[in-house]
Amino acid sequence: MASLDPMDNAWRPWRLLAPALSAIFLLLVVPVAFIVVYSFWLRTATGADIAGFHLDNWIEVLTDPFYRDIMGFTIWIAFATTVVCAVAGYVPAYFIATTQFKHKAFLLLLLMLPFWISYIIRTMSWINILGSSGIVNAALIWIGLTDEPIQMLYNQWTVIVGLVHFLLPFMILNIYVSLYGIDRNLVDAARSLGCTGWQAFREVTLPLSLPGLAAGSLLCFVLGAGTYITPLVLGGPTDAMFANLVFDAIITQLNWPLGSALSLVLLILLGCVVAVYNRFAGMGQIAKSFG
Amino acid sequence: MFTSWNLIRLGTVLIYLFMFAPVAVVVLLSFNSSQFGSFPMEGVSLRWFEALWDNQAIVRAFQTSLLLGALTAVISTTLGVLASLAMVRYDFPGKTLIATALIAPILVPEVVLAVALLLFLGAMGVPKSFPLLLAGHVIFTLPFVILVVQARLVSVRRDYEEAAMSLGAGPIETFFQITLPLILPAVLAGGLFAFTISFDDITGTLFWKPGGVETVPTQIFAMLRNSISPEINALGTVMIIVTVALPLLGAAAARRLGRKQRGCPAHKRHAGTGSDRTLRRH
Repeated sequence: MASLDPMDNAWRPWRLLAPALSAIFLLLVVPVAFIVVYSFWLRTATGADIAGFHLDNWIEVLTDPFYRDIMGFTIWIAFATTVVCAVAGYVPAYFIATTQFKHKAFLLLLLMLPFWISYIIRTMSWINILGSSGIVNAALIWIGLTDEPIQMLYNQWTVIVGLVHFLLPFMILNIYVSLYGIDRNLVDAARSLGCTGWQAFREVTLPLSLPGLAAGSLLCFVLGAGTYITPLVLGGPTDAMFANLVFDAIITQLNWPLGSALSLVLLILLGCVVAVYNRFAGMGQIAKSFG
Repeated sequence: MFTSWNLIRLGTVLIYLFMFAPVAVVVLLSFNSSQFGSFPMEGVSLRWFEALWDNQAIVRAFQTSLLLGALTAVISTTLGVLASLAMVRYDFPGKTLIATALIAPILVPEVVLAVALLLFLGAMGVPKSFPLLLAGHVIFTLPFVILVVQARLVSVRRDYEEAAMSLGAGPIETFFQITLPLILPAVLAGGLFAFTISFDDITGTLFWKPGGVETVPTQIFAMLRNSISPEINALGTVMIIVTVALPLLGAAAARRLGRKQRGCPAHKRHAGTGSDRTLRRH
């Protein structure tokens, strides 16, 4: 921009960035560094902290089979959720991207709607559907298939249903963005060279939509693995995920050093997933879906 | 091909049903007159909405959520718009690194962010409190605001700003007279986004909120743990209205605003009439 003083111009972007960057530095970078240090402290039975470099929390978190099992369960839930979202999300994304339907914009708007509807409401809405006095049981009793309501809620499958319901829009939107960018002539060319519809899809459309599929999967996996509300609302007593451990350690047991170590384990695991993704795809794809 | 297309269409309908039926059931049940608020429905009534209104805890939760959301939106949007301007309008060394830093709060799982902020600010002497909640909400809404505002800013041409500058306006004057009115839809979109994310948040909020203070989502969560009271469905309906109607109204307002700006004939705007007129006032 026009400015008489070149030095002034070079500093201007930094002045604009200063408030946001200092907020991120003070409220994110420093706190995360802080819990790294804190995870090596010890909490005594009396509730006092012993400062220093103790590996006890880390040894406990990394060797206790209790934590390992819950980590395995968390990865399983996040993985299953991601796969279901990818398969179920591709269909509407493909439909919206290719249809000549005149209310296409409306379908897209509907897709954005769940982002605005509260997560807790969408999660608890499944109690109305699958609960013992929910719509499915009411229907089954009315038809006469059963006399007593069937217990369908509060297990790992309902946790997955709840997470899929929460994360599906992220997946659909990301796949849609990459499908939308595909040159339709490529598919036509494949067809004219003798591909069947399915072959053209498998050889042209699907590979070209992989960036969107990958971005959507990353979001689903990371958001799914970090949740603790869904298992509390829709899971049974044994369906705790890793973030539930963090919550218990910090809020219930008040063992802050242990909670720090637990949350860092989660951060490292998900950080590795993000890093692998970033290595192959780059973060730009995710920003695209905001456009 | 025709039949597989029909399958795709059917699949799409089913997925949309999956996404919206549960929410529709919440709204439907909130008007249920039955005492248990479940199926079968006995009749239509507003009794659960009246019960909400009489429930002091819920009214207080609404006040807390609205205040928190509004303050979050104002702070987050201010920081976000300034940062977005720097990212879209300038080139500078280390830009990719800064771009990653700006969206870092979404890359970190919210639970980890919640723990880190709670423990660090706790050690600094900030207890679980409203300011802590506000700091937390600002930091994790900020990346979303930046992504939304940046996406909109790219399409705002900088000719007008340059024209204003060349006519002698200072940077701050140019910002308020030219840039801000042009990017107003982006600013509003960012603010609304921050508001709804804050209004909806539960993951971080449960860590940061002091005892006795509830936001609407944590209030619903607390009610869920006791029993499935029919009031929850009514509360859900009200929340859906707040978080869905507000952005829709916002989008409509932004579109009108955009149309008004675009309505001005193009050749006149290119001649710099718009910026000229604003400058002449000084």
